[in-house]
Amino acid sequence: MTNEEARIGVYVCDCGFNIAGVVNVPQVVGYARGLKGVVICREYKYMCSSPGQESIQKDIQDLNLNRVVVASCSPHLHEATFRRAAEQAGMNPFLVHMVNIREHVSWVTKDKKEATEKAKSLIAAGVARVVRHSPLERRQVPVRSDVLIIGGGIAGIQAALTAADAGRHVYLVEREPSIGGHMAKFDKTFPTLDCAACILTPKMTAVKNHPDITLLSYSEVVAVDGYVGNFKVKVKRKPRYVDETKCVGCFECIEECVYKTAKFPSEFELGLGMRKPIYIPFPQAIPLVAVIDPETCIEFKTRQCKKTCVAACGDRGAIDFNQKEATVDLEVGAIIVSTGFHVFDAARMTNYGYGVLPGVYHALEVERLAASNGPTGGEIVLRDGRKPAAVGIVHCVGSRDEHYNPYCSKVCCMYSLKLAHLVKERTGAEVYNFYIDMRTPGKGYEEFYHRLLAENLHLVRGKVAEVTRIAEAAKEEGKLVIVAEDTLLGGIRRVPVDMVILSVAMEPQPDREEVRRMLNMSCSSEGFFLEKHPKLAPVSTMSDGIFIAGACQGPKDIPETVAQAGAAAAEAIALTSKGFITLEPNLAYIEEQLCSGCQVCIPLCPYDAIELDREKMVARISDVLCKGCGVCVAACPSGAAAQRMFEDDQIMLELAGVLSR
Amino acid sequence: MMQTEEFQPRIVAFVCNWCTYIAADAAGVARARYSPNVRLIRTMCSGRVDPQFVLGAFEKGADGVLLCGCHPRDCHYSVGNYKALRRYKLLKKMLSQMGFEDDRFRLEWISASEAEKFRKVVEDMTERVRRLGPFKPNGSSTPNGGK
Repeated sequence: MTNEEARIGVYVCDCGFNIAGVVNVPQVVGYARGLKGVVICREYKYMCSSPGQESIQKDIQDLNLNRVVVASCSPHLHEATFRRAAEQAGMNPFLVHMVNIREHVSWVTKDKKEATEKAKSLIAAGVARVVRHSPLERRQVPVRSDVLIIGGGIAGIQAALTAADAGRHVYLVEREPSIGGHMAKFDKTFPTLDCAACILTPKMTAVKNHPDITLLSYSEVVAVDGYVGNFKVKVKRKPRYVDETKCVGCFECIEECVYKTAKFPSEFELGLGMRKPIYIPFPQAIPLVAVIDPETCIEFKTRQCKKTCVAACGDRGAIDFNQKEATVDLEVGAIIVSTGFHVFDAARMTNYGYGVLPGVYHALEVERLAASNGPTGGEIVLRDGRKPAAVGIVHCVGSRDEHYNPYCSKVCCMYSLKLAHLVKERTGAEVYNFYIDMRTPGKGYEEFYHRLLAENLHLVRGKVAEVTRIAEAAKEEGKLVIVAEDTLLGGIRRVPVDMVILSVAMEPQPDREEVRRMLNMSCSSEGFFLEKHPKLAPVSTMSDGIFIAGACQGPKDIPETVAQAGAAAAEAIALTSKGFITLEPNLAYIEEQLCSGCQVCIPLCPYDAIELDREKMVARISDVLCKGCGVCVAACPSGAAAQRMFEDDQIMLELAGVLSR
Repeated sequence: MMQTEEFQPRIVAFVCNWCTYIAADAAGVARARYSPNVRLIRTMCSGRVDPQFVLGAFEKGADGVLLCGCHPRDCHYSVGNYKALRRYKLLKKMLSQMGFEDDRFRLEWISASEAEKFRKVVEDMTERVRRLGPFKPNGSSTPNGGK
């Protein structure tokens, strides 16, 4: 193709006003027409639309074009679109080049003349480069059909069931002893006041019973290698000291433990309830298998326990004090990350007294108090067992606050209203909600807000300044006083209450950095995992084959999480259904005549894809292992290493192009 | 160095496909305004940037060159950015021996979410190179520069 004369078509997109509002497109078209090799240059309102694509296809056929340059948006958005259009018209898709004059020019340049000049130079570069493009073939690689899901909250559970129902074998990895995540801790869900356990437990049980789901609870993914369709995963299985295959979840060992009463703070109950050294986190846990905490178990501490648990287990013999940490190796085609969120540490806002004033709780703790399987059996009572007569709910704790998180956590208004309802229902207390703005968008949400208004909830519009026990009046004695500016009344209010509930923000998980690095993903600035495109690829990531679902991507409620989990499962199913995938041909290769066999490239390759052919004394790059970074190419002293789509001469010509104006 | 018309430097930025190119896209989506002097050339990895590209850019008329990639430990190809860093250091030394001012060649790690950092780097780079004036090969490029 290099000997053939280039016949280039250049297509400049207006993108409505997005480009044409800043860049003088007719002038750019006039300029492009004068570039060497350009046969035709057209302007169109939306190049990506069907008529836009058809005009390119028609020109390819009528004018015998052998190269196409599209100047429009980012190649990350529409490169695939224009390649496909060219392919349908009989042109090799890799003879198309995209020039980004929207994200990199019209959207970021104020001055119209400067924007027009910059667009011209980028198009000149694209035209110069595309001449050296050669027709390439996409690689086909086989894809494994199994799917790994990291995180067994409602997102992971939903994704696992969907993927497994489609016939995929799913490995669901959960680091806690039971799946269920945050949702398992809730009593009711807004706006329908469905019992959380009633809607979640059947799904948890379905996970356990599904023949195509392997549940790896109390386990963590520690390493991910490989690439889309062929990931190699290492999972660390923490020792439970109870054999999962033998335990039947009868609770007898727990009852017979030498500790007659539970005296260690339960992780699941957020320390509001107690557990024994051998425990099952909650009655509906999946898997329903006991766990031994070696930090508190007497046998682990002294090796002299009477081991009444072992006796209670009897013939089943499930308890195994010698269990060791184990590693499981998996090979999967796709990975769904559903690692959820972290509850904002309310103690960081010292003015609200969390951790100091016993009557101050955060919202998730009150969820546990309200839950019928919780430490108080569903009674919303203070630590001393009293029923509160007045309760204050503080919205936006850690959200919409430039000192903590600037974003809105999206769910707090609704769960605060739900808690207000539950508190009134269970205690009959007066409830005061302190809010900045009441945000209730969603199906049935505004209606729920109105329902609460009818329940005589006191709403105070204003951010709470502090929670104090310093009384300034007789009615404040022995109470917690919430001080806030009521921005509707235009004055400071002091509201004495018995219980304060802090509606804490949803934050990214503290170990997001490690997870992100392990999976080669990005985080957005606040730390949630970054989607490939906020609108068009909301569950994909920049790493092919890795999808995200639920609150690890950003704050969201249960319906949204479930919808996203379904979408992520569908993406994983789509990816793994054909048995193969096509990959970009941007691989490195060796021009054998030029290679001196110096082996400089070999240790540089991150994937061990290069080896020395000892007979010919030349380097050889494996197509299967190469991922196309081009590190070896930049290092080759003789120019023998090259990279398709990023050849030296292509880049040098592009360079000359961008510097031409 | 008051001039009637402000000098418009020409700067080439080599950016990796996974981090900085995305940051530049994000800067566009955020409608961040920055000077048009920096022109991007995309490679899959900052480790693909051959020192010859940098020299080629200066030879073809660039007044400054920016090399951008993923932050350390974040490389899409696990270690490509470290190779870029090594080459940068060597090349930087060589350029300085050749009389290039420090500000003409710069390495920055800009992740996909750092649209604002991308904007700032572009603005800062443009300003610094503008102060240096046009790059003139074979000798010092500014009256007092070089040596």
